[in-house]
Amino acid sequence: MSPSDVQGTIRAIWRIESAKLVAGLTRMLRDVGLAEELAQDALVTALERWPEAGIPDNPGAWLMATAKHRAIDVLRRGQRQERTHAELGQDLEDAQAQGGPDLDAALDEPVADDLLRLVFIACHPVLSPEARVALTLRLLGGLTTEEIARAYLVPEPTIAQRIVRAKRTLSEAGVPYEVPRGPELTARVKSVLEVIYLVFNEGHTATSGSAWIRPELCEEAMRQGRVLAGLLPDQAEVHGLIALMELQASRLAARVGPDGEPVLLLDQDRGRWDRLLIQRGLAALARAESLSAEPGRYTLQAGLAACHARAGRPEDTDWRRIAELYQALGRLEPSPVVELNRAVAVSMAEGPAAGLTLVDALTRDPSLRRYHLLPSVRGDLLAKLGRLSEAGAEFERAAALTRNERERTLLLTRAARCRGEA
Amino acid sequence: MKFMAIVKANKDSESGVMPKLELIKAMGDFNEKMVKAGVLLAADGLQPSSKGARVRFEHGKRTVIDGPFAETKELVAGFWILEVRSKEEAIEWIKRAPAPFGDGEVAEIEIRQVFEATDFPLEAFPAEEVAREQALRAEAGKKLRK
Repeated sequence: MSPSDVQGTIRAIWRIESAKLVAGLTRMLRDVGLAEELAQDALVTALERWPEAGIPDNPGAWLMATAKHRAIDVLRRGQRQERTHAELGQDLEDAQAQGGPDLDAALDEPVADDLLRLVFIACHPVLSPEARVALTLRLLGGLTTEEIARAYLVPEPTIAQRIVRAKRTLSEAGVPYEVPRGPELTARVKSVLEVIYLVFNEGHTATSGSAWIRPELCEEAMRQGRVLAGLLPDQAEVHGLIALMELQASRLAARVGPDGEPVLLLDQDRGRWDRLLIQRGLAALARAESLSAEPGRYTLQAGLAACHARAGRPEDTDWRRIAELYQALGRLEPSPVVELNRAVAVSMAEGPAAGLTLVDALTRDPSLRRYHLLPSVRGDLLAKLGRLSEAGAEFERAAALTRNERERTLLLTRAARCRGEA
Repeated sequence: MKFMAIVKANKDSESGVMPKLELIKAMGDFNEKMVKAGVLLAADGLQPSSKGARVRFEHGKRTVIDGPFAETKELVAGFWILEVRSKEEAIEWIKRAPAPFGDGEVAEIEIRQVFEATDFPLEAFPAEEVAREQALRAEAGKKLRK
């Protein structure tokens, strides 16, 4: 193997093993910062030794054994204050003795809980959302600081600082190293799902930099969602989020046109939709729906995505179901934007007049005053009803509100056409 | 990145011999590990070529040839589709698989990267072909919903 091949393999092994490694060390040391340091030390040692000595047959076990040796050294040198050195040192020696020749099997037992514990720590509500994202990508994704920085198009020191501060916040807050139970579990799962979806959205709708979409972030988010589903198989919203992500990701290839411009869902080439992801997404949605009679926000949004995924052509879309889902979503999380989307769905299912009634009610909502899609939708419905001069006025209003050049041009064109025909 | 890992056939997979219980269990455990790691998208085994057929395309003619096929080396016994971050990661996962036909047998698993739609620039396909492919996939999509 060439040196660069070995590097690539070690990176791959790290991606596979690091979360388990940090999780196990965190359990032993009750300190995620120290756990991560020791894990990184083990990686450095691997990078030094493996190119010459060869890659061990069980690299995960090798990394854990190396990290544990370091941990005992560190403790014996008295760098930990919270528990007595003797206690922690003994724990580690016990763990090592238990490890014996079949370290992998011994490590498998506590791992599921360890990993879950680490997930909840990395996504702890005491941390800001960006801190949670950075920590999750680092500890659970095994991404380097440089990789995270590149994905978010911020300087590397920014991410490094964010991670350092996050660890400090956790240790100062005295976060308990236990998996939450009962109602607290459901609440904490929400904050984990939020982090995963934040990562997904960054990859899915990224507007900065040269790439419109960053698939690696979407893939990482989906991967972490799937890991979470393995750890918490009975949580409906975990499957709901996976469904939402897989269904949205299924359309990634169709979202960008040849000129690099975004293509709206109804205009997309459905031949470019990924059928495997649609199949998986629909299966995850079915699972979510079977686990809970009251769908949560992700399950509902996944339901919406599924309505589009099931339609072979835009004309086959089940708009009535979409309208119902928006209504349910609105009851869960009242939002004028959700209501506007519902109005559009109602207009597709029942005709423009029905939709217009709902949209007219929204014109009185102050929060939508500067939202260009409101007059844009209203204009569209008015035009369909033949009320062309009113439609024209709405398109002009929408054009004035939008900051997107291409969109403004389209809206002004529609306005002119309405004026011309009125 | 998506990779397909292809298990090459051998005389046992072609004869329809059922694998030993320990191997089935070991494979099941391995698949479960990949599911829990969030990397397994799909996996299936293929029945022996005696149940299959080939369509041969030659100078405008199509000929159907029934299995079994003698050249075992050319045959496929099963596959996984993995979503991982690099080819090295796909290799590392497959290295952790149990020997597909048991430790006593030689076996090979080939790893190939899957083309994704984002790999094809839109200009590569002329408009009518895009439309035709679109219609085909829409049909396949309708069947999926059943």
